[in-house]
Parts: sequence; structure tokens; C-alpha cells
Amino acid sequence: MDQMSTIATIWAFIIAFAVFVYVVMDGFDLGLGMLFPLFPKKEDRDVMMNSVAPVWDGNETWLVLGGGGLFAAFPLAYAVLMPALYTPIVAMLLGLVFRGVAFDFRWRSQRERNRWDMAFAGGSLVAALAQGIALGAILQGVQVANRAYAGGWWDWLTPFSILTGIAVVIGYCLLGATWLVMKTTGDLREKAYHLSWWLLFAMLGAIGIVSLATPFLDVEYARRWFTWPNLLFTAPVPIAVAAVTALLLQSLAKRQDYKPFVLSLVLFALSYAGLGISMYPYIVPRSITIWQAAAPESSQIFMLVGVSILIPIILIYTGWAYWVFRGKVDPQSGYH
Amino acid sequence: MFDGLDAIVLARAQFAFTMSFHIVFPAFSIGLASYLAVLEALWLWTGREVFLNLFNYWLKIFAIAFGMGVVSGIVMSYQFGTNWAAFSDKTGPVIGPLMAYEVLTAFFLEAGFLGVMLFGLKKVGPRLHFLATLMVAVGTLFSAFWILSANSWMQTPAGYEINAAGQFVAADWWKVIFNPSFPYRLVHMVLAAYLTTAFVVGGVGAFHLLRDPKRESARVMFSMAMWMATIVAPIQILAGDQHGLNTLEHQPAKVMAMEGHYQSHPDGAPLLLFGLPDQKNARVDYAIQIPKLSSLILKHSLDAPLAGLDTVPRENWPPVPVIFWSFRIMVGLGFLMMGLGLLSLWLRWRGRIYDYRPLHIFAMMMGPSGFIAVLAGWFTTEVGRQPFTVYGLLRTVDSASPLATPAVASSLIAFVIVYFLLFTAGIVYILRLMAQPPHSGEEGPRGDAPSHAAGITPASGAANYAQR
Repeated sequence: MDQMSTIATIWAFIIAFAVFVYVVMDGFDLGLGMLFPLFPKKEDRDVMMNSVAPVWDGNETWLVLGGGGLFAAFPLAYAVLMPALYTPIVAMLLGLVFRGVAFDFRWRSQRERNRWDMAFAGGSLVAALAQGIALGAILQGVQVANRAYAGGWWDWLTPFSILTGIAVVIGYCLLGATWLVMKTTGDLREKAYHLSWWLLFAMLGAIGIVSLATPFLDVEYARRWFTWPNLLFTAPVPIAVAAVTALLLQSLAKRQDYKPFVLSLVLFALSYAGLGISMYPYIVPRSITIWQAAAPESSQIFMLVGVSILIPIILIYTGWAYWVFRGKVDPQSGYH
Repeated sequence: MFDGLDAIVLARAQFAFTMSFHIVFPAFSIGLASYLAVLEALWLWTGREVFLNLFNYWLKIFAIAFGMGVVSGIVMSYQFGTNWAAFSDKTGPVIGPLMAYEVLTAFFLEAGFLGVMLFGLKKVGPRLHFLATLMVAVGTLFSAFWILSANSWMQTPAGYEINAAGQFVAADWWKVIFNPSFPYRLVHMVLAAYLTTAFVVGGVGAFHLLRDPKRESARVMFSMAMWMATIVAPIQILAGDQHGLNTLEHQPAKVMAMEGHYQSHPDGAPLLLFGLPDQKNARVDYAIQIPKLSSLILKHSLDAPLAGLDTVPRENWPPVPVIFWSFRIMVGLGFLMMGLGLLSLWLRWRGRIYDYRPLHIFAMMMGPSGFIAVLAGWFTTEVGRQPFTVYGLLRTVDSASPLATPAVASSLIAFVIVYFLLFTAGIVYILRLMAQPPHSGEEGPRGDAPSHAAGITPASGAANYAQR
């Protein structure tokens, strides 16, 4: 591999990292939004909202880094994927607008609070579903001609993309429920525990169905997963999923408040690694590889300098912000 | 062909709409973040409670405005790809990294410290909290730096090459970032953001002074805002003049449109105060003009020749009527702002600044003037860049995605409905907060939530709210 290819590969991992951080961080925060209708009490909702209010903006910034990074490091992939995913992307953006404003608006009007709670839940659901559909649409591949998207406006909509949409919704709800287990007390935590059980089983079902369906999309996916010697690298993924599931069930049974959330994150990481195995080295599956889409060396190196200095700093102060608001949310005091 | 053109018009409408909604929030929050940092610094320095009350008062407003800026900004970062894919492919290697640096140096910094700034005073103590406020303020300025660099590169591209795939590629990053119009645009926009905030603060202060001229919090914020108006408005007019001269050098057609000069003037061009530009027949009807003044302003000589749009190929003309008017709105507001600043200075000297009601009424009416001036200014510079996205190099018609009219039309309608619905609500909430004067013991952004104050239970908190 020459220098350019190496840098492009590094960039693919950076973007993948940004998207993963986004998925888990905004994942629990969108999941919590989708669970809102199950917690009708105002006091519960106040606590739920307060548990993410100090960090949600930082969580969503990773989405901007994922999109902006793709634009900068792989402009061709950005230019092809965005029109291909036009409808889900616009739906996601509108969903995020709805839930984003609700964070502040719901505290500003007693009378209209319920309306903003609905906007928060609905916006979260639309955004999560759209992200899952976009994932499925990318996995199933898009038509490309002359450095541009060449498919139709409804190509993204297939049974498979709906399936991945539902899977992501379930996964985010699991993250949201286990986050609540970690951050709350009393009846609210009991209910979150209860939900976590159901959501975990639903999540396992979703992982199973998506994993079974993916190889049918393309023989390349099947070949990659099920032939020797690839099996050496692919087989540990499902085995690890089984092991993490066992630990997760145990931690739910033993009621160790913080563990279910951490293990759910690991479950996400494993699913994400599985997606990575399926996609690599394509950035637009079966059409454009990361090396074909890569921006010129001058751009990738210029940004690599910034990323290698700034990402560690960002992780430090983001970690500090989480540390400041660590522990259970006190239902009596909010954040004063 | 006809379909394609329609889709591009719709895509442009969508960009103009979402961008116009977006820009007012950053323009406000850049200035407000700095103002909050100043208020907190004054509180820490003097220990006067009025500064903490003002800080918490404006913090609640900041939380709403910032939230709306964030969500409308995420839309922008994806719209390049959905509607302007060809532009993204071609300019991504140059503009993308500038935006990536904006995310890395600015967005994360703002977002990372925002939570502590909004909710963390009791948790981390005043010093660390002040650090968080400073970081948020600095973040908004970093953000302005990078995004204005990217925008300026589209206006005055420099330091680039074009590769085999037809993409712009950076040859010299220093020249890309500090392209010819960037320093001027950065100064002009940051001052505009400060002025916007100053006039909002001044308007709110004036509103409460009209009701009670003795109220200390209203006096303090009004006085601070009027100092800003007095000092910054004249500087802004100078900065704008310099920016204009820079534009004349690099984008002469834009200045011709601003001036309404369809024709060249070989011996001294007039300054058109008003008129009705007629793009089709390339003339300005009912023009009221001052002879030779335009040459004096732009060339510093009464008889200096000034070229008009007749020297520019017609297919490269920007739409003059929009630019002609938006420019006049911006400049007119700029002079009104300076007028208010000077009036307040005179009344301050005469000791009447807190009780001269006409001043307060004037200041209240000028409250939203910054937003209008910012929008008018951006219309001038962005419409003035047409018919190009990258000035002189990439045409707008060659920048769009392979768009289908129904898809762009329906997303445009969705954005219009959602933005009007949500942002109207946000503005109403902001105005409601502004209608209350800052009072002693002012609470932060969770004021109506169960409070920290001793003895207040959630129930009595709700009752307090109902009474307000």
C-alpha cells in the first residue's frame, strides 16, 4: 500500500470512529426520547430530560463530524450517498430539529409542555428510523454513474432497509433504557430495568434477522463471512455477541446499575464491527472503494494533523463534561 | 432541461431559506456568548449581584437561541450533499477540511462546555464555570473563523489547483484559508454579530426602562449596549467600507450591482441613493443620484472612471434588483445604528440616558435591526456571487445534485412548515422571557423546574410559575 492509500485507510477508520461515537452517544439520547411515551409522569420526564440535557449537543456534534468528515475526506462518497439517501436524510434532519428544540422549549411553557414532549419523542423516532433505513440503503448498494448517483428517488425503500430501520430503533431504545437504569432511581429505574429485558431480547432478534438477511443481499457478503480463512476473523464476532449477551442478562438479573449500559455499548460495537467486515473496503458498497473516493493527499494530510491533535483533546473535555454530571440524577434538584 | 432548471431554482430557494433561518441564530449567539462571558467576568470581579442576575437572564435566552442554531446548522452540513452534490464532489477537497476544522475546533468546544455553562455553576464552582463560559464564547468565534474562510474562498478562490477528476485541490492551505476577502468578511461579520446582540440587549433594556427607569438591571444592560453601539457602529461602517473596496478589487460585478451601475462612467460615477433597477433593459428607473460621489467613495477621486455591467458578459450578471436593495437596507440600518449610538453618547454626557424616553423608544425599535442588517448583508454578498458558486470558476447550474423536482419541492415545503412552526415557537418563548425584567435571584435555564432554592418544592415551583 502506498502512502496515499494508507492515509485514506486511516481516514476511513476515523470516519467510522466518528460515526460509531455518534451512534452510541446520540443512540441512548434518541432512545430515551422514544421511550418518553412509556413514562407519562411529568416528574419522570423531567429527570429523563435532565439526564441528557447537559450532553446532547455534544453527542450530536459527532454526527456533524461524520457528515463533515465524509465531505472533506471522501467528497465523492458524500456526493453520491447524500442524493441517494435524500429522503431519509431530510427526514432525519427534520426529526433532529423537532427533538433538539424540545430540550429548551418544554421548560418554557407549562401549557405546551405535552406538545414538546411529543415532539421530542416523535422527532427521536423519526431520526432513529431514518438512520437505520439509511444504513440498510447503503448496505444494499446504490447505483453510480459518472461520479454521481444514478438511481431513483425511492431506491432506498426496500424490505431490508425497513428491517435495519426497525433494528436501529430497537437498539437505540435498549441504550436509552439501560442509560436510565444507570442514571435514575426509584420507580423510574424499576421500569427501565423491566424495559431493558424486553428490549434486549428484541435487539438480539433484530441482530439475528439482519445478520441472516445481509448475506442474501449479495454473494460477496456471504463469501466474506462464511469462507475459509475469513471465518477465522468473522466467527469470533457472533461468539462474542453471545458472550456479551450472557453478561448483559446476568447484570440485569443482579441489578448492577451501570453494567447493562456499558455492555449494551459493547453489543453495539460488535454489531458495528460486523458491519465493517461486510463493507470494507467499500465506502459505497460494490461501487466506490475508500481509495477511489479519497480526497487528494493535500486535503487528507492537512486534516489528519488537526484530527490527531484535536480528537484527543475533545475526548478529554467531553469526558470531563460527563464526569461533572456523573451519577444519578436527583429528581429534587435538577442541575442546580 | 426545463425540469432541471426548475429543480435548481427550488434547491437555491431551499438553501436561501434554511440558511437565512440559520444565520440569525449564530449571529445572535456569537455576540451573546461574548456578552455572557463579560457579564460573568464582571460578576466575579465586582461581586455585584446585578451581573449574575443579568447573566442568568441572558443565559436562558442563549440556551434557546443556541439550540435553534445547532439544529438548523446540522441541516446545513448535510444540505451540501443532498442538493449540491456536484459542488460537494468538486470543492470538497478544499472546503471540506475548513468545515472539518470548524467542527473540531469550534462545535465540539461549544457543545462540550455548553452543558457546564447552562447547568453546572453549582457543580463546578464559579471559576471553572467561567472557564466553560469562555470556552463557549471562544468556540463561537472559532466557528465564525472557519465558516467565513470557507465562504470567502467561494467568493475569492485562491491557493488551489484543479486535478484530473475536475476537483479543486489545495496547493497552498495558507492561501486557501487567508484568501483575499476573508479578513474583511471575518471582521465585518463578527462586528455585525456583536452589534446584533448589542441592539437586542439595548432594546430589551430600553423596554424595561420605559416601564421603570429606576430598575438597576435594565440600566446596566442598556448602558452596556449603548456603549457598544457608540463605539462599534462607526467601526463597522469603516470595516464595511474597506470590505467594499476589497470586493471592488476582486468581484467588481458585485459592486456594480450594489451601486446599480449598468453603464460605465468614464468621468466620475454618481451615487444612486434610490431607484428601481430594471434588469431586463439594464437601467435604473426613477434614480435619485448624487453626481460623482460613487467614484469618490470607491476610487477616492471625483472624476475617476468606474466600469459598469456593460463591461461584463451578460451571462455573468448577478440579479441587480435584489443586491441593490439589500445593500441599501444594510447601509441604512448601519447609519441608524451609528445615529442611536451618538444620540446615546450625547444623552449620557447630559445625564439623561436613563430617563429620556424618546431614546428608549428609538432603541426598542432598533432591537431587531441587527438581524435585518445581517440578512441584508448576506443577501448582498451571496446573491452578488451569482451566477457562480465558486466565483468565476464553477457555475451554480453546474453545482447541483442530479435532482428530481418533486423531491426538492417536497423537502422545501417540509422545511418551510417545520421551521415556521418551531422557530416561531422559539422566538415567542424568547420574547416572553424578554418581557420579564431581570430580577434579583434570577435563575438559570431550569428556572421553572424543581429548584435548588431552599424550601421550594416542585408543587410550589409550579405555583410560582402559574403566578408569573
